Amino acid sequence: MLEKYADLQAAYARLGSGGRNPFSVAFEQMLSPTEAMLNGRPVLLLGTNNYLGLTFERSCIEAAAAALDAEGTGTTGSRIANGTYGRHAALEAQIAGFLGRREAMLFTTGYQANLGVLAGLAGRDDNLLLDADSHASIYDGARLSGARVTRFRHNDPEDLRRRLRILDERAEPTQPGRVPSRNLIVVEGIYSMMGDIAPLAEIAAVRREAGAYLLVDEAHSLGVLGERGRGLVEVAGVEADVDFIVGTFSKSLGGIGGFCASDAPDFGLLRLASRAYMFTASLPSSVVAGVSRALQLVEEQPAPRWRLARNAERLYCGLTAAGFQLGPTVSPIVSIRLPGPEVAMTFWTALLEAGIYVNLALPPATPDSKSLLRTSVSAVHSAAQIDRAVDAIAGIGRTLGLVPGSSAELSAAAD
Amino acid sequence: MSDQADVIVRIASVLGGMADPVAQRAGEIDAETSIVRDLKLDSLAVMDFVMALETEFDTVIPIDALSGVETIGDLARLLQPTLPRPTHAAAGR
Repeated sequence: MLEKYADLQAAYARLGSGGRNPFSVAFEQMLSPTEAMLNGRPVLLLGTNNYLGLTFERSCIEAAAAALDAEGTGTTGSRIANGTYGRHAALEAQIAGFLGRREAMLFTTGYQANLGVLAGLAGRDDNLLLDADSHASIYDGARLSGARVTRFRHNDPEDLRRRLRILDERAEPTQPGRVPSRNLIVVEGIYSMMGDIAPLAEIAAVRREAGAYLLVDEAHSLGVLGERGRGLVEVAGVEADVDFIVGTFSKSLGGIGGFCASDAPDFGLLRLASRAYMFTASLPSSVVAGVSRALQLVEEQPAPRWRLARNAERLYCGLTAAGFQLGPTVSPIVSIRLPGPEVAMTFWTALLEAGIYVNLALPPATPDSKSLLRTSVSAVHSAAQIDRAVDAIAGIGRTLGLVPGSSAELSAAAD
Repeated sequence: MSDQADVIVRIASVLGGMADPVAQRAGEIDAETSIVRDLKLDSLAVMDFVMALETEFDTVIPIDALSGVETIGDLARLLQPTLPRPTHAAAGR
């Protein structure tokens, strides 16, 4: 059955021969949000998406443990067939309140949120317009919807406008008794591979002109961006233009799960139409309780967001000064562009040898077939940890001839 | 037929603007050229190629319309109905 993956197998084998296998990293123990034990040694974690460091937050652990004790290990079924727990409804209300929306729906993972929301919202007569760099869950949800799907150029509102114009020219008049065709634009707050940010104000303007709908996936920006942590939608000041906000609990909130929040009338109908919501087990109470506490902390405490922003800047500036080519924006995701998969693999292996874990991101999972070392910072990284990482990365970059040596080394070489 | 030849010339110019080694094959394409077998584009590269064509031809090709596309000729037939349109939206990109 698996013969069709011969090319994949060959690519994987080539990678394995260049050093350690990145897919076989198994941490023996998590020491903190920023450190783990790997092969008997502590490693610095610089690629976990643990933006606020809440996985070890004492009050989240206590809330989760109390719920575990009170309500057991799992829900053993779906909301629709086996019942909603009070905690599910309470977390939905909390998210809706946090985002200033009428209603929110929980999903069991962030991936399922996109799958369930896109397939539930869009039908075969609708158009989905996806940013070209969208996450796999968005592409998969779009495919499952049966809608006509087009990709617009990454972060390019003009290309989006052009496509909406052409789709409008092609639209046939709605037949009596039929539902009109709708256009749904899908973008992300922070893009997960390069850490760049959507030009949301411009995209919202295109949405208004075209009478389209807009969904923003704040997976990497919820709790990260915005004075109140409400994500890019808050920063851009376009909350009224955004019809659907999707997010995840597995990054800044340190748990697992996903959601969609909206003011759309009858939004709750999705509970009866979204298969990724209906046909999977609901989140266990322990997770719901931990996430609820984490969201409360996001609401009450802006300081971790400030620390996160400072850490992101420290890493971005450090790596830029060392001569690396990074993404266009300072954000907690800092990706280093490398010339090819082999160099990326060598670099990644050397970094792990130096006790630093980052993400190796290779085509086809990356935009424009780039080979990347992807890092993400946390609010709980110390300045010393970030400086250590910058020094190690710069040192390996110089050894591999990817960035210039230090000025002292250069002048020594000139002599 | 000459329309189709024109379209293929424009497809070749878009292909020429892509990264090597694909760009090097731009001069060799004709209606029978297989996009996957001859040009060796993977599914993601096909999507990027199509996005560049959509700009050049000022059109929109839904992803599902690509399922029946195997050759450059198939692509040209998909693009042909929109040929008379000027490509002002593509200017400057």
